Amino acid sequence: MNAVEVASLVVTRGKREVLHGLDFAIPTGQVTGLLGPSGCGKSTLMRTLVGVQAGVTGTVTVFGEPAGSPVLRPRIGYVTQAPSIYDDLSVTENLTFFARVLGVGRAEVARCVEAVDLVDHADDVVAKLSGGQRSRASLAVALLGSPSLLVLDEPTVGLDPVLREELWGTFHRLADDGVAVLVSSHVMDEAERCDRLLLMRDGVFIADGTPAEIKQQAGLAESADIEQAFLAIVRGDAA
Amino acid sequence: MNPRITGAIAARVLTQLRRDHRTLAIMLVLPCLLISLLWWMFDDLPGDSFDRLGPALLAMFPFIVMFLVTSVTTLRERSGGTLERLLAMPMGKLDFLFGYALAFGIVAAVQSVAAVGISVGLLDLTIVGPVWLLTVVAVADAVLGSALGLFVSAFARTEFQAVQFMPALVIPQILLCGLFVPRDRLPDVLGSVSDVLPLSYAVDAMQHLTRSPATGEVWRDLAVVAAYAVAGLALGAATLRRQSP
Repeated sequence: MNAVEVASLVVTRGKREVLHGLDFAIPTGQVTGLLGPSGCGKSTLMRTLVGVQAGVTGTVTVFGEPAGSPVLRPRIGYVTQAPSIYDDLSVTENLTFFARVLGVGRAEVARCVEAVDLVDHADDVVAKLSGGQRSRASLAVALLGSPSLLVLDEPTVGLDPVLREELWGTFHRLADDGVAVLVSSHVMDEAERCDRLLLMRDGVFIADGTPAEIKQQAGLAESADIEQAFLAIVRGDAA
Repeated sequence: MNPRITGAIAARVLTQLRRDHRTLAIMLVLPCLLISLLWWMFDDLPGDSFDRLGPALLAMFPFIVMFLVTSVTTLRERSGGTLERLLAMPMGKLDFLFGYALAFGIVAAVQSVAAVGISVGLLDLTIVGPVWLLTVVAVADAVLGSALGLFVSAFARTEFQAVQFMPALVIPQILLCGLFVPRDRLPDVLGSVSDVLPLSYAVDAMQHLTRSPATGEVWRDLAVVAAYAVAGLALGAATLRRQSP
């Protein structure tokens, strides 16, 4: 089953066209990686799925509803690139606030703090946390109420490798429970952790498939990495 | 609109304020100090200047302080991504606006109880009308200041720019509100300008309370201030866009 279905999506910001006619789907129960260099349109695409992007044409449906429709709001967890939480509140206070806005119980707060491994810092004011801890607190907010679609914009940037490993574990656990997880990254070495990849460059997809399929498409061996595949496809396109 | 969400936003804003001791002091203690300063300035002079100027000041404090605090805090919500996150959640725009108005209304009530208490109890400000009505006017002023602050925060990109709106939007209102020159003796053009500025009505209401036990005029002024506050909130709502470029 697909959580997201998109056809001929074009997004214009100001006078500039940022996304040039995308067609794709995001299945439930998988971790889909959206990979590409900074500025290629990853965040714009994610904002479109959440329904906060203006200047959108084409069809974007999420669980059968047009993106941005009010019935979808409780079903989508969204983490923006910068941690969007209140610096002057503690982790628990932040989560308690968003939980009240979402109308979910207090037990959810404890569960989500635990899911991002911040139990030891639950009562610390966010301003005192490290960058990685802050992004985890922001991620915890997105987990509140167990949304069926998680849209995570570069959630693992700047994190310690051990923690990154753990977070990817969390994403796959969520996917196993049937959640559709979309994770963006500009770091290609995270590609292998995804069930499926969308490789993006300058507002178009240059590849869409499992890591193995993409390498095959690029004419590379299984042992090659996605960065090599990315380069091979881009150069092949140019040739 | 949903009372649970509005309440959550108001409670969250109040928790943030409680954390920020300096802002809290500026909101609550500074008005008391300033009104005492005004009293002291006129203490040795003959006449009733303090009785004339004090009420106008009581109308201005909540307006100015709430304007500043709201424009900066909502700008932070806009630039920090928390507003975008909230708008992607099942939160109505009115929940956001009324949550803020409610929180700052409560702070304004505390602020004006303190400032009015000191003015009347300690500094012998003469109030002929009901004292509690002073507080009601002050709360309306505060909500007005919050509403305008919310609105202008949409046009500022940095906190520095937000603060710059204060001289542009607030000082003309102070000059024309009747404090320096009685409103009916202003040149015609300025008189008409003064007639459309909300702070003029707030100061009028306060001055009526010092002079007369009748409250009819006060309620009429209060209605004008409240109408401006609602209009400001409506304009503020128009600047909260769920979708942005």
